[in-house]
Amino acid sequence: MEKPRVAFFDFASCEGCQLQVINLEEDLLKVLEAVDVVTFREAMKEQSDDYDIAFVEGSITRRSDEERLNTIRRNAKVLIALGSCATLGGINCLKNFHEQEYVKKLVYGDKASSYETYPSRPLKAVVPVDFEIHGCPINRDEFAMVLKALLLGKKPEIPNFPVCVECKMAENICVFERGMTCMGPVTRAGCGACCVTEGSFCWGCRGLVDDPNANSQREVLATHGLSVQDILGKFRLYTGFSEVAK
Amino acid sequence: MSGEKIIKINHLTRVEGHGNIHIKIRDGRVEECQWQVVEAPRFFEAMLRGRKWYELAHITSRICGICSIGHTLTSLKATEAAMGVTLSEQTEKFRRLLVHAENLQSHILHLGYLVLPDLLRVPSVIPLVSTHKDQVLLVVRLHRLSNEMSDLVGGRTTHPQRPVVGGFTKWPAAEELETLRTRLADSLSDVEALASLIKDLAGNLPQFVRETEYIALTGTDEYALYDGDIASTDGGTWPVDNYKEITNEYLVPQSTAKFAKHKRDSYMVGALARLNLNYDQLTPKAKEVAETFQLRPINYNPFMNNIAQLVEVTHSIEDSIRLIDDLLKNGIKDEKPSFSIRAGRGSASVDVPRGILFHEYEYNKDGECVWANCVIPTNQNHANIQKDLEALVPEIKDRPQEEIELTAEMLVRAYDPCISCSTHCIFL
Repeated sequence: MEKPRVAFFDFASCEGCQLQVINLEEDLLKVLEAVDVVTFREAMKEQSDDYDIAFVEGSITRRSDEERLNTIRRNAKVLIALGSCATLGGINCLKNFHEQEYVKKLVYGDKASSYETYPSRPLKAVVPVDFEIHGCPINRDEFAMVLKALLLGKKPEIPNFPVCVECKMAENICVFERGMTCMGPVTRAGCGACCVTEGSFCWGCRGLVDDPNANSQREVLATHGLSVQDILGKFRLYTGFSEVAK
Repeated sequence: MSGEKIIKINHLTRVEGHGNIHIKIRDGRVEECQWQVVEAPRFFEAMLRGRKWYELAHITSRICGICSIGHTLTSLKATEAAMGVTLSEQTEKFRRLLVHAENLQSHILHLGYLVLPDLLRVPSVIPLVSTHKDQVLLVVRLHRLSNEMSDLVGGRTTHPQRPVVGGFTKWPAAEELETLRTRLADSLSDVEALASLIKDLAGNLPQFVRETEYIALTGTDEYALYDGDIASTDGGTWPVDNYKEITNEYLVPQSTAKFAKHKRDSYMVGALARLNLNYDQLTPKAKEVAETFQLRPINYNPFMNNIAQLVEVTHSIEDSIRLIDDLLKNGIKDEKPSFSIRAGRGSASVDVPRGILFHEYEYNKDGECVWANCVIPTNQNHANIQKDLEALVPEIKDRPQEEIELTAEMLVRAYDPCISCSTHCIFL
């Protein structure tokens, strides 16, 4: 059997999710035994338009980028969004809460009209996406799991329960009990509650679970002294593009 | 010589972000020679407006996946400067350790995965997996060590969680540091092997010289990375607060990123700039590596930035061992950050893998960001890349097209540009 052909692409992002693929270290060599990586601009000069699986990192922030994404969609049998910028719009959407003309003027001054931008959006706002690997950055083990599932012809299992579940399993003290606030109760798990484990709190980078109790989360945050503005800010950090935060 | 050579490299590979090289040579004359930055801008300064003091390092870390530690630490220092936060000696030492971890990770990634294929005349590291397996595994081992060091000190390899305003949320245990120390000491033999591999191939690095200005942090007590004053090889030192006098950013039509200039048309930042300014403060083994390649200050060959990175890999390992010994001697205390939120404005700099990085913020009394500015190393290098291309291409214009193309690509790669960084943080 021929090895599946895999390609990597990126739009507006920090390229940190593709870096996690490189960070598989020795396991990356095993990946290379199982698939043919035919395009990965950040790491290789070889390029091809003939591929089966496309991993795409980044948000779409310019009308002119849509054409490149459409081409990738046409070429790929399976398109997978890689990381929060691609799955949610991520922190790129923070600029959507300002007028776009103001944003351009702020950066480019009187030359603003020469530069193109529009409100940031996830890939699925432009093309159909088959699977999403969430996180900022992605969890490299989850990436390997999704790839393995695809190679075996199975549907990858992405968790649809909140970070709190994994946080309990990691035996962390609840962030709220430590006097801070946390997005864990409404955020999709799969990260192993890594930020809470490191002494921080959940920022919500994997986006909301499919049926989040957002109103209850708002109440919890409010009882911990956050204003409506603060609460919106918490939701908007990663999920500003979704309706819940609007 | 008659004929036409047109080189259009769109979306240059094996660099971070999107840049193009366009060259046109007709009848032996260079008619066009341009370095273009076409990355989609992300407008970070706009994103930061109205966000809380504790979110800024988290958000600006996302400017770049490869240098997320550098952005995090520069951001924290700028917030600390704005709010008058003082740090413990332990925090300062762990932050220096974290800078070394990132320097190692970034330089190994660049040398092993992005530069080595050019020296071995292959398109990527993938063919090397079968032809040079031992060497690839050596690079992977060093890369994993530096990532695990970032994990241990920063709480994650990319976008670290432990460093916060005023200190850290969590400290490594003494036993963990002892293990790390042993692994770092053992890794020096791998670095020697990498150095000798590169030494054998160094003949493939072009001999190209163009005098320019080099700018980096400098300090009295150490090879400056985490802290220092701004210094130039043209003479002079400045406090970090005066950074705008040095960077002077401006817009050019071929680029979504700004360019920068100081006294000349352009200047260079990064490992070669640091080495040119602070050579005497390198560790002994690092100087030995530099000497093997006859790399001495001031070196005006931008391709030697690759070798300066190799020298810094040795330096970062040796200096990390020294820092760990110091930390273990004093014992690791479970310190908690302590400060109060107040209005203010502050700037800060860290010399990150690709060069000197500045963040400056203004906060209101509630600790909300009302103004932000970041000046990225690669922005400061864009003009120097352009000027180098303009000097390099006429020197090699009569060579075969493929060779001109590869040499131009290698020039840009030598700067290890972080193009998505450079378009993400620009402000007037």
